[in-house]
Amino acid sequence: MSSVKISTRQVDGVTILDMSGRITLGEGSVQLRDAVRDLLAKGQKHILLNLGDVTYIDSSGIGELVSAFTTAKNQGGELKLLNLTRKVHDLLQITKLYTVFDVKDDEASAIGAFKK
Amino acid sequence: MTGSKASRITYTLDSSLDSVNRVEQTAEQVAQKAGFDDDEVFRVSMAAREAAVNAVLHGNAYSPDKRITASFETTPKSLVIRIADQGPGLDPATLPDPLAPDNLLRGSGRGIFLIRSFMDEVEFRMLNPGTELTLIKHLVSA
Repeated sequence: MSSVKISTRQVDGVTILDMSGRITLGEGSVQLRDAVRDLLAKGQKHILLNLGDVTYIDSSGIGELVSAFTTAKNQGGELKLLNLTRKVHDLLQITKLYTVFDVKDDEASAIGAFKK
Repeated sequence: MTGSKASRITYTLDSSLDSVNRVEQTAEQVAQKAGFDDDEVFRVSMAAREAAVNAVLHGNAYSPDKRITASFETTPKSLVIRIADQGPGLDPATLPDPLAPDNLLRGSGRGIFLIRSFMDEVEFRMLNPGTELTLIKHLVSA
């Protein structure tokens, strides 16, 4: 089972993490945690997680999304989610996290929604 | 739905993430073979994965001296998955509600909740030592 792949790009002061694969206990969750911590440490506090190609996420991955969200917020940043698959959308609904996150389905409007 | 005959697979596995993945993959295959649709296959395999994560991580704490046991049984009425560990034991009554406002932003504690959400029946049995979770999905809706 392959883990998550993350590539980073910058658009209008927002760092977009294009993620694909599985965010699960172990490598996948750790990669997400490290990527977000690195960005915050570098002062890049507007973070958009593009989950469009994330095929699977388990409870550990959900927890990592929550931790990334709260870590960014506690450091004066913002973290939003983009392009949820139906499965990830459903998981966030079940766990009542869908309304906690700012979830977008259009990249341009997501970028515009950051407070800059 | 298929499944006129009962069948059972049992594994004894070490306390590793590879074992978690094997449990998930086996659950997926067994659920597909039992005739569940894609959404139910996802729910069953995810519930099995979460149970295996609990057994490996919280039960056996990755101990090389402890094993988990995973069994997959298809009967004419149900798919039954049992995951057992050799840890200190889990009392489900002590688990915090992950939907409570104070717990909503916690980074962990959603595994058992998801298992209960995705399966028709979930039973806990205390072993000495360890815990056995039984996950049941009915083949035909009641």
